[in-house]
Amino acid sequence: MKVCYSINGKKKEFEINAGEVLLDVLRRNGYFEVKGNCYMGTCGACTVLIDGLPYTSCTMLAAKVDGSEITTIKGIGTLQNPHPLQKAFVEKGAVQCGFCTPGTILVAYALLKNNPDPTDDDIKKMLDGNLCRCTGYVQQIEAVKLAAKMLKKGDE
Amino acid sequence: MKDFKHIGTNTGKIDALSLATGQSMFVDDISFPDMLQLKFLYSPHAHAIIEDIDTTLAEKYPGVGMVLTYKNTSRVIHTTAGQGWPEPSPYDTYMFNRKMRYIGDRVAAVAAETEEIAQEALKLIKVQYKVLPAVLDMEDAMKDEAPIIHDEPEVKGAYDPKRNLAAHILVKVGDVEKGFAESDVVVEDTFEVPYAQHCPIEPHVTITYLDEYGRIVIRTSTQVPFHVRRIVAQVLDIPVQKIRVIKPRIGGGFGVKQEIILEDVCAYVTMKTGKPTRALYTREEEFVSSRTRHQMKVNVKIGAKKDGTFNAVKMYVLSNTGAYGTHALTVASNAGSKTLPLYNKAPNVEYIADVIYTNLPIAGAYRGYGATQGYACLEQVVDEVAHKLELTPLEIRQKNHIKSGETSPIFRALGEGREGVTQYMQSCALDELIEKGAKEIGWLEKYGKKTRNGSKVRGIGMSIHMQGSAIPLVDMGAATLKMNEDASFNLMYGGTDLGTGLDTIAAQIVAETLGIKPEQVIVYAADTDLTPFDVGAYASSGTFISGGAVLRAAMKIREQIFEVVREMFGEYDARDFVLEDGKVTSKKTGKSVTLSEIAYQTLYVKNQHQIAATGSMVSPYSPPPFAAHFVEIEVDEETGIITPIKYVTAVDCGTPLNPELVRGQIIGALVNGLSYALFEEYKFTDSGRMIGSNFMEYRIPSTRDIPEIVPIIVRTYEPTGPYGAKSVAEININGPIPAIGNALYDAIGVRVHKVPYIPERVLEAIRNKK
Repeated sequence: MKVCYSINGKKKEFEINAGEVLLDVLRRNGYFEVKGNCYMGTCGACTVLIDGLPYTSCTMLAAKVDGSEITTIKGIGTLQNPHPLQKAFVEKGAVQCGFCTPGTILVAYALLKNNPDPTDDDIKKMLDGNLCRCTGYVQQIEAVKLAAKMLKKGDE
Repeated sequence: MKDFKHIGTNTGKIDALSLATGQSMFVDDISFPDMLQLKFLYSPHAHAIIEDIDTTLAEKYPGVGMVLTYKNTSRVIHTTAGQGWPEPSPYDTYMFNRKMRYIGDRVAAVAAETEEIAQEALKLIKVQYKVLPAVLDMEDAMKDEAPIIHDEPEVKGAYDPKRNLAAHILVKVGDVEKGFAESDVVVEDTFEVPYAQHCPIEPHVTITYLDEYGRIVIRTSTQVPFHVRRIVAQVLDIPVQKIRVIKPRIGGGFGVKQEIILEDVCAYVTMKTGKPTRALYTREEEFVSSRTRHQMKVNVKIGAKKDGTFNAVKMYVLSNTGAYGTHALTVASNAGSKTLPLYNKAPNVEYIADVIYTNLPIAGAYRGYGATQGYACLEQVVDEVAHKLELTPLEIRQKNHIKSGETSPIFRALGEGREGVTQYMQSCALDELIEKGAKEIGWLEKYGKKTRNGSKVRGIGMSIHMQGSAIPLVDMGAATLKMNEDASFNLMYGGTDLGTGLDTIAAQIVAETLGIKPEQVIVYAADTDLTPFDVGAYASSGTFISGGAVLRAAMKIREQIFEVVREMFGEYDARDFVLEDGKVTSKKTGKSVTLSEIAYQTLYVKNQHQIAATGSMVSPYSPPPFAAHFVEIEVDEETGIITPIKYVTAVDCGTPLNPELVRGQIIGALVNGLSYALFEEYKFTDSGRMIGSNFMEYRIPSTRDIPEIVPIIVRTYEPTGPYGAKSVAEININGPIPAIGNALYDAIGVRVHKVPYIPERVLEAIRNKK
């Protein structure tokens, strides 16, 4: 079957199998920035935004979100023009191996859209589905707070 | 202390922005159209012989490229432990074997056009097993009547396989029995630490393909690219020359990627079929069929004089290496060698270890490398001695811990599978670490107070630690630097950054030495074709060995630059030259030339040559980083739940080359240690099958599990390390088990002898006390 998405603002059409999950469809088509392979929604590395909300793409049926807007980490900033969250993660040392980083930043992005001034507790609650074995989370939480400050100053 | 420009600054991690913007940097971020997908069939029995295996149907299944079993693959016995050569781990493993030694052992594999086809074909393989009695418990495995797990005559280097003994260690200094007899108090206790897994979020993954010359390229998620090359060459019986190993960015390792697990099989398929081949572990495979931490039972007996001075220390370690002996000897060595030198005042020390084969998953290297298990017991028994002598935990440690200028006989007596190397401490801030940590946690106000709020009681505990910086006179790393027209430098080195920030530190070292900015260093690592040798990332060797190699290469470049400048300036004493801000200036004559001008001159104009150098680092020193851990917990006597409230870790890693990255290593290791203390643990069925091999049931910490964490970095200067640095990646995983155990005792007067401290065990300890 065919599905049609708008990925990072570009219309795309893919041939998929009915039972396929979004993660596999995206990676098969070269969206390597979407990580993860637990296929249980437990690690959060495969998170993408679907119509602005974060979902684990490893448990999302590709067919179910036909017609949706999908945002990957490449959709919120680039090497040349990074999003404040991406800058803040670099500055605060919140990126170690970086494998979980795209998913974590996308969840933080969704958080800051709704809550531009989150407390530590808000951040902890929102990010608790994004596992990171390297950082111990402290620097990630600091980075989200720094990004919130940068966004308020209009650095977007 | 010398002022540095780039050393000690928080240079942003050089790969961080690329990672944060999702560039294709990992092994699996490439694809080939005709790539085969490799899937494995695993033994459903903990101990069995394959009597018959029929792969005919699987081979005929459309889309299958190759089916692999013991019948058509390499018969070279080897170890999968990615260690130096000759390896200290026993040769007890074949790529595939007839004998199955745990539930999860490899029976066969299928390489097919898609993963689905491979999975379907696996189902068509018919296996007839002769099931053997299995042994899942270390003590049972040591009994005379126990089944022998490694009964093949080819096994080499295991201590006594007929008794399921993979390794045995006995080291004596003085006479402990006499020491105990002459002590005023003797305290003994045993603690058990469980199977646990590293859980890198990126599991093991390897892609292999042939290059234009028919050589095998192995793109793999590894901590040890050069050991991968050597061991794959050994197993496939082909020259090292035929293999190129590329390590792109790695999604975490923590020791589990110091192991050759997928590379030999993938490379074999590519060699036989000519096709690119990919193997990617699922999370379940990562748990069951990669590597784990060694489960250990550790017994410590300490004899002390009335004033608290230790007179005799004895440690006995019973270690479970599982089905194969990878890192069996060396992890057990480190349980003693990275712990006992801390208390160097005791004239009588004995260390004994038995490392046992069982029919359970394979243990291997894991951050902390045995020291974690050793400290779990040692640092609680030290507290018990203090209590018996009515000293505080601080006092007893201050009396006994190693200090600058001192040594311990253990350094020489207990090496990595061979004799060790004597070490004198040249930097050790333990006194200051204890003082600063105690102050931050509020030790004086809180210790022994048992503040109660309903069923919840607060307590505090502490522990002290050391680790090492690489294996002395074993670990070697090398780095090559070359100069470009714009005064940028290519750094090609074998150091293996698996997320730690080693590449960034390497750039800072080059920048500091050559008077340039870290951004001017183009770091490339690690690739066995293009970068010089490095043993890889393990044993806390990155900063010390790989960083040391980079420093040596940069020092040689400095000399070469000065050589050119001598001629340009007509001056001959390089002591007059100042190399900074991208230029060389003579203090004597004021003449100045930029590095870019030097590069243009040497590349194009006069006395043309490439300014380039290679430096190697191997060291007789392995300076230990030190740490003092302090934790405040709240334990609920009704539910048995322990909640850490605040965790303070004071750390001496010499010069922190990049404090933000050091902080990352400290907190990351600490949080891993916290969950190992509180909830991470493998559970097995009676037949030896792991229960819950996924992140739902085997939980690792999330943002909600972390207490307030205060890392304190106490700066010292280690003269044997690059710019005064020692390594720091492992040490902080060692603290939480003993520190929380001691805090639990402070709060409610019980000890839980089996880690993790889950509510059931806490409640049981409370009941037993009553």
